[in-house]
Amino acid sequence: MSGGFHIVVCGSLVPDPLQTLEPVQGPNGPGLKNEGMLPSVLDPWAGHSLFEAANLAKQVPGSKVWLVSLGPKPKLQQLMMTVAQKVPFELVVVDGNAGGFTESMEVAAALAGAINAIQGLDPSRLLLFGGCASASRDAGATMQILGEMLGIDEMFLGVDELKVQADGGLHVLERIEGGKYLASVCAGPPAMLGWATGNLPEPPNNPQVGMLNMRGIMPALQRAQAVKVGAGTLQFDAVQVPTQRRETRVVKDVPVEEIAQEIVEWLKG
Amino acid sequence: MSQHADTGNAEANLKTLPGDDVRQIMWRFADRFDLQMLVQSAREVARGPVARLVAEGQRNTHEWTEEKNALLAAYDQAGITTAFMEPEQGGFIAGPKNLALALIAFELAWVDGGAATGSLAGNLGLSPIHEKGTDEQKNHYMSLAVPVQPGEERETLRPAFCLTEPLPYVGVDTGVLSGKVKIKEWREGEEPVLHVEKRGRFITNMGFANVVTAAVDSDDPRIKGSCMVILEETDPGVWDRGAPTKKMVHQLSSTSDPVFSLTIPASRIIGGYTVEDGVIVPAFNHSQIIESVFRRTRVTVGLMSSAKLLSAVEPIIRYQRGRFRGGSSGAPGSPRFDLGLQQKEDSIQRLVDVWATGEASASLGFAAARVFDEFDPLEAQKDSILAAAGVEGPRAALRYFKSKQEEAMAFLRLTRQPAGERDEARLEDLRSDVIVQYMLGEAVANVVCPACKLWNTGHGVNVMREAVSLMGGYGITEDCPGFLGQKWMDGQLEATYEGPEAVQRRQLSVTMTHDLFLAQFEGWIAELREIAKTHPQTGACALSNAMELWQWVLNHLLGAKDADGKRLYAGARQGVTFPMADALCWLLAAYYQIQDVLELEVKGAENPALADGLPGFVSFFQDLCHVQSAAAAGEVGRVCTELVFGYTAQPLWSDSCHQCCSGGQATAEGRPCLAEDGLQDYLALRTRMDSCLCGTRMAKDRAAAALAQVMIPEALDYPR
Ligand SMILES: Cc1cc2nc3c(=O)[nH]c(=O)nc-3n(C[C@H](O)[C@H](O)[C@H](O)COP(=O)(O)OP(=O)(O)OC[C@H]3O[C@@H](n4cnc5c(N)ncnc54)[C@H](O)[C@@H]3O)c2cc1C
Repeated sequence: MSGGFHIVVCGSLVPDPLQTLEPVQGPNGPGLKNEGMLPSVLDPWAGHSLFEAANLAKQVPGSKVWLVSLGPKPKLQQLMMTVAQKVPFELVVVDGNAGGFTESMEVAAALAGAINAIQGLDPSRLLLFGGCASASRDAGATMQILGEMLGIDEMFLGVDELKVQADGGLHVLERIEGGKYLASVCAGPPAMLGWATGNLPEPPNNPQVGMLNMRGIMPALQRAQAVKVGAGTLQFDAVQVPTQRRETRVVKDVPVEEIAQEIVEWLKG
Repeated sequence: MSQHADTGNAEANLKTLPGDDVRQIMWRFADRFDLQMLVQSAREVARGPVARLVAEGQRNTHEWTEEKNALLAAYDQAGITTAFMEPEQGGFIAGPKNLALALIAFELAWVDGGAATGSLAGNLGLSPIHEKGTDEQKNHYMSLAVPVQPGEERETLRPAFCLTEPLPYVGVDTGVLSGKVKIKEWREGEEPVLHVEKRGRFITNMGFANVVTAAVDSDDPRIKGSCMVILEETDPGVWDRGAPTKKMVHQLSSTSDPVFSLTIPASRIIGGYTVEDGVIVPAFNHSQIIESVFRRTRVTVGLMSSAKLLSAVEPIIRYQRGRFRGGSSGAPGSPRFDLGLQQKEDSIQRLVDVWATGEASASLGFAAARVFDEFDPLEAQKDSILAAAGVEGPRAALRYFKSKQEEAMAFLRLTRQPAGERDEARLEDLRSDVIVQYMLGEAVANVVCPACKLWNTGHGVNVMREAVSLMGGYGITEDCPGFLGQKWMDGQLEATYEGPEAVQRRQLSVTMTHDLFLAQFEGWIAELREIAKTHPQTGACALSNAMELWQWVLNHLLGAKDADGKRLYAGARQGVTFPMADALCWLLAAYYQIQDVLELEVKGAENPALADGLPGFVSFFQDLCHVQSAAAAGEVGRVCTELVFGYTAQPLWSDSCHQCCSGGQATAEGRPCLAEDGLQDYLALRTRMDSCLCGTRMAKDRAAAALAQVMIPEALDYPR
């Protein structure tokens, strides 16, 4: 691969999973209770793809990583205080709703607009990375639609491994049913990879890396264009969380096998 | 129609626990990305590896185990070790670092005080060099303490600080040193070679340190006085780490009683030396160095206790709320299920006390850190200005400062005059006068540092006990979420090392009587009176009255004598001076707490991410201020009344006394306790303060109600 990859990672924030996530109906449509105030984390699968991207860029000289985020600007700034410490990247911000009540099509359109506007991005060297799904909505459609919009034909979902072959081909492992992998090879970029967990641990924080990234991050936040996605552009008929049930019975002297059997039957419904 | 102050806005409910965006504003690092990142990075270490070690029971060993040792790499990796260094030495934070180190201590102690201590003790070991070392010493040792980078062939320097000695010698109160230094060899024209004998007691980081800064006294007529020296593990002689201390607290730090008998070059005297008439004269004696070290490092210790109190809030709410869930009584949706122990007024009101104390102590601690951040550059400039003015030696410096005192007072007077009506040119002159600003800064720094070390740790540990008790039996088990029992025990060490409470009280009893401090204190009273007009919900009125009462009593005590004719406010009279020092701490903490909430109200409005939550935070935090101001006023009233009346002669019990005390018609003679001249003034002030407590319990009710409905996360975020 001459000149390295141009890796564009799409990822934004989701509420910290330890928080109570309670859907509520707001004046502009559905959302989470106190959503604006909940601490956020980088969307986990997108996060894995960012770390994979940084690792790949380190190994293939001349490569560069952009992180394209559609989210509320002030919250993205807060999130950068951790994410920017992990790996080097250049941030591109689209200021808008990052909640679960958005539609993949409009999110993909906003991201495509931002990616097309990146100066110096070479589409022939483009690896479009992102999570195979977002922890906030889990539809798993945004990256595919975005790939389409950017005219990318090679698409992989649920990726755990990407290896660059000696001939420049990309060897990709995708998760499929039953804990197995589908191995594919494509000739090279452009390609879209929607990552599962990948194989890398989360890089530790390093404020020194962070301070270097911040030089570009603050201007990127200031430059961010606002877009309207989600509430206001969509209509929701109904919203509900899957119900959780707790059934407790206190019993004595029941053999373990019997308890196990009962659980199996309960699971089968 | 009577008018009421703002009694809280029902719409402005506390919705969630305060997050980073709130704290960044309150503690004034919203525009410091380096510090925000450092916080995240220290937090990751605290809630990850540190919390896991606590959960795995590593606190149950005294030894410095491999698992504990792995924390050093985690600190290095996260930038915690390098946060102390200058960029040119390999660090990444430019300028003063007191707030940075305070934030690290806060984050680590949120999980474990010992981890905070271990990380900070490395800085403490370097501090004598950092504060008073020669440029060469600074650059050499600070750079080597930067963690080894890939490709570098060296060992990372791990420092320890060795002052305390086996009994009966020196504790932190810089008394008699048994550690000795003498000249081993001094060849004509060459650097003298020294021999150092030093035994340490309770030395932190000694399980792995490879360099030690040690306080020693001269045992040789050719060395003048005491000094501090740098010892290295590779120096010829004995480097015995000693047995681990069997401490019951802070077990994630290493502590032992080392023995050193080493030969070192004289260039290891910290700050260097001159030779006068064949005698080595160290540039600084050990007391001078230690004073400049501790005045900074004690602030971070104070903040450790603050972090623990604030960290207790979430686990306690979760415990109380869920206390009865899953049992046969109280179906989902019933108050018993939803609120658990939070149905009980006492449970939530005591938690309000814990939270209010945590807020006040954090505000005091971070304010102290900021004072030093502002003060550090002034101090550096002061030295060169004095040198340029030919002022040499401590006495000449004192005379020089005395000659500038009136200008410093004039500056304070001008700042209090209305803009436009005052001499602006003179004000600007004095504002840019480094010495004037240095003197004003020093007067405050010399008070807030011991105040935060004393009150945050000493009073903090008492309140931490309350926090533990709110978790019932769970609180005193190793499994208690948030490790509250361990944090309570640990607090006792925070109150002890780097100078037990008595040492802080002694320092305060001197520095709080300084004219430049008292003049600034008076300014704060005036400021609070203004705040009370616009923000009565903060309790600023009660606080300002309590401050005035304290001020009155201090003045009174400075001139008064007891019933035996002995002076009341005197060095040896710790029964008088120490309680006044304690009382002042309550006032300062509540004062800075109000300042932080006002900052949040103003700056929070500029942050769109806070739009939803801001009114709730401001309203709730004001209620906590009110609670804390009332507690401070109560404490100050108790101390002051006891000191004012307690040293007067008790009259013989007579009919007139009986009449007075039993509420009968009192004559002038029937009030023996008021017979002293001027004490009626005290009573007037006291009555005014008491009556200003109106509304404080309503504030507490509101704050408690907020705790019963605030949303908390589903689970604690550590251990991760
Ligand atoms: C775990 C741990 C780690 C430590 N780490 C270090 C370290 O790294 N380096 C180091 O040099 N030291 C260290 N120390 C020592 C620590 O600083 C001292 O223990 C502490 O300063 C108290 O000194 P002391 O134990 O001699 O108490 P003492 O001085 O004996 O004081 C005991 C009590 O006597 C009273 N008292 C003392 N002086 C006065 C006074 N002037 N007026 C009124 N009352 C007074 C007070 O009630 C005080 O609490 C550590 C200690 C511990 C326990």
